[in-house]
Amino acid sequence: MPKIKLPTKSPHIDMTPMVDLFSLLLTFFMLTGTFRPQEPVPIDTPNSVSEKPTPDANNFIVVVSKDGKIFINFDNGPDTLLHFRPKVLVDMGKQYNIEFTQDEQRKFEKDNASFGVPIEKMKEFLAAKNADQRAELQANGIPIDSLNNQLAAWILYMRQENPNVNAAIKGDGKTEFPVVKKVLDILQDKNVNRFNLVTNLEAVKVTEEKTQK
Amino acid sequence: MAEIIQEEKQEGGKKKPKHHGTHIDMTPMVDLMCLLITFFMLTLAFSKPKIMEIVLPEKIKDPKKEHNQPQVAKSRTVNLILGPDDKIYWYPGSADKPETAPPLQVADFSGGPTGIRSMLLERNRALFKKIQQFNDDILTGKIKIPHDSVEVERGRIKREDDTGPIVLIKAYKKANYGNFVDILDEMSIIGIARYTFMDINWVEERMIEEKLGIAPTTPARPTTHR
Repeated sequence: MPKIKLPTKSPHIDMTPMVDLFSLLLTFFMLTGTFRPQEPVPIDTPNSVSEKPTPDANNFIVVVSKDGKIFINFDNGPDTLLHFRPKVLVDMGKQYNIEFTQDEQRKFEKDNASFGVPIEKMKEFLAAKNADQRAELQANGIPIDSLNNQLAAWILYMRQENPNVNAAIKGDGKTEFPVVKKVLDILQDKNVNRFNLVTNLEAVKVTEEKTQK
Repeated sequence: MAEIIQEEKQEGGKKKPKHHGTHIDMTPMVDLMCLLITFFMLTLAFSKPKIMEIVLPEKIKDPKKEHNQPQVAKSRTVNLILGPDDKIYWYPGSADKPETAPPLQVADFSGGPTGIRSMLLERNRALFKKIQQFNDDILTGKIKIPHDSVEVERGRIKREDDTGPIVLIKAYKKANYGNFVDILDEMSIIGIARYTFMDINWVEERMIEEKLGIAPTTPARPTTHR
């Protein structure tokens, strides 16, 4: 019997469907996700049942890290033409006699991560080339003691530039309460009585039977 | 973009240069896509963080207006004090002097019988039932109101209620922020209509310290009535 000779084919897999699939996935991820800016400290927010999402704009977030340092973040407002970030920075600079150049303002506007640098070191911070330098400048967070309360100043100017701003507190679950209390007091001193706490969603169901036991 | 393999068999002895299939090697493209997808999956945040709204009572800076503060009925008041180690210390009524202070009771954040939830639910049962009934009616379609006014209606039920407790939340200095969020969350789970966060007074600090067995750290001072 003669051997059956199979025609030799090149072992070639058609990659086209795979490419199609990957492009679809890529498009999906790019459209559904939002960029996460690099945060100076990791924050493990506590859980809650609240289902309200964070607003897209007009946020002023006070980040309280685990060891009680204060960082802040705020956005440019609902329209890119509003330029709230550089405006607030210039106001802050006037208060502390620091003049920021156009370049520095632009740099500050683009940067959307939270920062915890005292205003005196802001120039160095904006000129910093890498993350290590930045981390060093942010070692102590924003000063909140009563002699040099820069957090209060940021809140004041932020609210002057953008009256619609919503204050939010993003704290680590393990932060000691007195620090948070101090932040609350500063906010209330500046007449901010309504604010948001940033949390993770966690579903809890309470039923009548469970509670009657 | 399908692969086209042309197999042409020409009749007759004409020799034609063999057509190669227009074939593009997709493998580098797949590699690139894989990299891009990995990159996006790692850098993008998919779920937006949620927020919990909280409204604090306005601080009264003018000493003349201090008497205008709202008074609450002692019989309906429950004081919760956040303590160290995820514990809540609570007492009903009010404490003005250390001698007449009611005993402190301990609860935790669990949903079980030792949890603060069971205690508050017991006191808030009437309102809780009303809210649950309302939620059920919405789900089953007994009440038909537009979707966006459900929250308003729920708020109205809470406002009209006058049986539930008035919860005053305070924090001892050794509490942590997670407890604070948890207790506010507990308020929304149980559907407490009236609650607020306020400063701890020295009597309550003494009570906690006595309960924990540590030496008092705050000097006695006159209590300000709220």
